[in-house]
Amino acid sequence: MIQIRQLHKSYHTEALSLHVLKGIDLNIEAGEYVSIMGASGSGKSTLLNILGILDTYDAGDYHLNGSLIRNLSEKQAAKYRNEMIGFVFQSFNLINFKNALENVALPLYYKKVSRKKRNIIAMEHLDRMGLKEWAHHLPNELSGGQKQRVAIARAMISNPKVILADEPTGALDSKTTEEVMEVLTNLNSEGITTIIVTHERSVADATRRIIHLKDGMIEYETRKENGIHETIPSLKFSSL
Amino acid sequence: MNDHFQEILDTLKKNKLRTTLTGLSVSWGIFILIVLLGAGNGLKNGVMQNFSSRAVNMINMWSGTTSMPHNGLKSGRQLLFTENEVDAINDQVDESRLITARYNTTQTISYETEYGSYGLRGVMPNYLDIEKLVIPPEKGRFINELDMKEKNKVIVLDQKIAEVLFKDEQPLGKYVKVGQVMFKVVGLNTKKEQYGGSNAYIPFSTAQAIYNPQRKFWQITFTVDGLTTEAENERFNESLRAMMGQRMNFNPEDEQALYIYNAQSEYVETIKIFGGITFFVTIIGILTLIAGIVGVSNIMLVSVKERTREIGIRKAIGATPISILKIIILESIFITTIFGYIGMLLGIGLTELINFFMVQSANGKPVTDEPQMSVFTNPTVDIGYAIFATVILIIAGVIAGYLPARKAVRVQPIEAMRQE
Repeated sequence: MIQIRQLHKSYHTEALSLHVLKGIDLNIEAGEYVSIMGASGSGKSTLLNILGILDTYDAGDYHLNGSLIRNLSEKQAAKYRNEMIGFVFQSFNLINFKNALENVALPLYYKKVSRKKRNIIAMEHLDRMGLKEWAHHLPNELSGGQKQRVAIARAMISNPKVILADEPTGALDSKTTEEVMEVLTNLNSEGITTIIVTHERSVADATRRIIHLKDGMIEYETRKENGIHETIPSLKFSSL
Repeated sequence: MNDHFQEILDTLKKNKLRTTLTGLSVSWGIFILIVLLGAGNGLKNGVMQNFSSRAVNMINMWSGTTSMPHNGLKSGRQLLFTENEVDAINDQVDESRLITARYNTTQTISYETEYGSYGLRGVMPNYLDIEKLVIPPEKGRFINELDMKEKNKVIVLDQKIAEVLFKDEQPLGKYVKVGQVMFKVVGLNTKKEQYGGSNAYIPFSTAQAIYNPQRKFWQITFTVDGLTTEAENERFNESLRAMMGQRMNFNPEDEQALYIYNAQSEYVETIKIFGGITFFVTIIGILTLIAGIVGVSNIMLVSVKERTREIGIRKAIGATPISILKIIILESIFITTIFGYIGMLLGIGLTELINFFMVQSANGKPVTDEPQMSVFTNPTVDIGYAIFATVILIIAGVIAGYLPARKAVRVQPIEAMRQE
């Protein structure tokens, strides 16, 4: 599903230039359940944003579902984001003047689905998240966990191949964290490739593959075997 | 398209404060502009109407009594015109166009048992156009050249006289008695007399023959062409005075020997004032429009800035830049059009209402022959100006929405979403 080779990314400001990603190689198969961990500044959010075509990269290549993602026009990028990817953000990123139902339905507006039809589909997704009664509430009338479930419903509505979640539980308490992770795990079990950026061990433990990032490079990764994560030596280690 | 429209309507409805503020600034701008232009127009129309009741290029000349000795003649001589002066003006004054000699007297006019004392004016056919008398086709005709030549005993009556003398009878073709002579009524003048009472008009030649055996008279009226500036009029007045002084033997410096009333110079003066008023109104109008443009631009700018995060979110879930630009611009057009239209309706409504009440109160007045002078008439605005102003504001709204929106959609969505 996702192939990355020698991915580099730098941020340039007037004062200094920051090399954030220093040659990432990564393969993620369809249906995988992956988390990306690392200290702040390790480049994990940048990597996720590049995966989600929310940001560009400087060198290397990135193939999403077989297509090379490079120098896309805004229109093409929008199409990929709309059809391939569902985003979940730490700060939910719901549009605050639209109610839960309208927020969930919005991606279908850009797919030119009729208003009536997309509201029906949106209601189904909200129902799945257990939020049917909250459909006509504005985001600021919902709790953090409810908001994140609305955001997940919105990410799901266009039937994406990949869910990208950037610290989806970062703004939630431990109980709602569990709820949200349960929802994400369920989605993955339906076959959607799910990639979560987190710094919480408990969240990462719920996934089946953990990629540890340090200073813009993959330090090592672990895979879940019999419910326990075991360290797999990364290229770096094997080359030692 | 319908769905886009719904989306826009939704956004506007849910951001009521923003919508109202933008809308108000547009409505207010257009409203003020129209009221202002309306007031300017009202003033202009009012004064113009007072002018249009006579030919504006008219010159009236009265002979007077000399107050200075001239060529060995004593002062205090009574001067009078003869038909030679009329011919001289016709032949020697290049600027002159329509000329009429006038012999004014007062006579008792009677029909059967009804009678009254009215001004009787011996005039030439040109008088109709100079004084802009109104004789509709069904009301007969004015005095013509044939009447002049034949010294016909025909008479044109002011509508008011006809009503008094004939009551419900049809006056055309009937005979009235003027003094001791019978005249045939050939026309009725329906123009409301502005100054003084009602008049009856007979051919100048007839008047000379019957009422003026001396064949001398006081007043000549004529129109001039080609005098546009105040200086030209001034010069013309002087040369006219000099020419008449030579013909009638008086000192051209003698103001009391000949009175000249040049309506044109007064008209030129007024037109000049009008230029000033129009300029002033235009400047204020442009400034109002600029204030409106700044208001709309400002609000659009802030509103797009405020929505940077929303734009980022929309992009993240698959909105193309064009779709976002389209929505912002359509929103702007929608607000400015709707509220501009409202402002336009209110402005036009107010000016029309004022006009309505002015017409009403004028109609309510008792009918008199007094001149109805008004400095404020029909204070309405050409709809074209109103639409033009609205369109300008719409364009301003589009540009003011487009520029920051273009910038906002260029930002990487992840950057945009970081904005709070």
